[in-house]
Amino acid sequence: MCDTCGCSSDGGAVLRKPGNSDYHVHVIDSGHGDDHSHDHGHHHHESGSRTVALQQDVLQKNNLLAERNRGYFEARNIFVLNFLSSPGSGKTSLLEKIIPLLQQRFPVAVIEGDQQTTNDAERIEALGVPVIQINTGSGCHLDALMVNSALKELDLQDNSLLCIENVGNLVCPALFDLGEAFKVVIISVTEGDDKPLKYPTMFHEADICILNKTDLLPYVEFDALKCRDNALRVNHHLAWFEVSAKTGEGLEAWREWLENKLKQR
Amino acid sequence: MHEMSIALSIVEAVELKARQEGAGWISGIELLIGKLAGIEPDSLKFCFSAAAKGTLAAKAVLDIEEPPGVGECGDCAMRFPVSFYYAECPGCRSLRVKIVSGEEFMIQSITIEEGE
Repeated sequence: MCDTCGCSSDGGAVLRKPGNSDYHVHVIDSGHGDDHSHDHGHHHHESGSRTVALQQDVLQKNNLLAERNRGYFEARNIFVLNFLSSPGSGKTSLLEKIIPLLQQRFPVAVIEGDQQTTNDAERIEALGVPVIQINTGSGCHLDALMVNSALKELDLQDNSLLCIENVGNLVCPALFDLGEAFKVVIISVTEGDDKPLKYPTMFHEADICILNKTDLLPYVEFDALKCRDNALRVNHHLAWFEVSAKTGEGLEAWREWLENKLKQR
Repeated sequence: MHEMSIALSIVEAVELKARQEGAGWISGIELLIGKLAGIEPDSLKFCFSAAAKGTLAAKAVLDIEEPPGVGECGDCAMRFPVSFYYAECPGCRSLRVKIVSGEEFMIQSITIEEGE
């Protein structure tokens, strides 16, 4: 049972808004025909056992819903980025720095994903942009259904930029398309420079890689060039940026890249 | 542990199909999981038994075929086996390698039974 509203929902993702502890919406799959009965003029077979072909992608349901999200974004000319990284590599800090540089020219909105708390959503709300928090509970990634539910609660403007901050996790979120235009993977210099080789699926799926916390490079044993080489070995299409969300170093190049993409739409 | 949500999607998909076919229960599920698909078959089997509890697939046996990774060189077009994403072309040492097989993740078929 949900401890906030007392409904029968157990587990599952919940949408929350910062500063409003009463507001919460359960992400519920309204179903796509699971319940309807099919009358196929019941086949009767001699043997009780038979094999039926499916030839269906296991993630088909998520992928179809992601495409639906993508269609919605295209129709409203909303540019969507899916931010992925380990916990603590600076996704929220990076958003806090890049959003003020963009929001004068483009409306920005944010979907925050975390297992618990609205801490990150509160930080984003302080910037004055619409934000909604998805609490996945025990879930280790966001999926297209959660994003679809969040969209309905978020007052998105046409021609805007939507940043989705995924759950901090370098493994699972790589597999789940949300309908984004690009996946942005963030890695910080306090992690190992071999991270792209250790978690290749994520770097293979990403379109952009941002190395964050470069202000700490003098104090850590991290070879930025080696890390870049490793990332490009896994995915030679990866766009590479080096920034410090703390000092603002390198943010200009990333902002320029983003703004070009926003204008090209 | 994305294997759990994946196990749940599999159960949902096969139950729907089994119901459409008027099946009593599902005795087998044939999956195709490429070596590079990012799924651990053992972990998936473990999660599946929990995910399938109380469903038509509760007694289903997972038959998992794991096609190996195959890369194709973007420079010399050579095809060769790969076991990870950062493969190097054994012919010309190029790193412009495209994965052409091994990322499959499909439910191929199910075996259904009549009765309870």
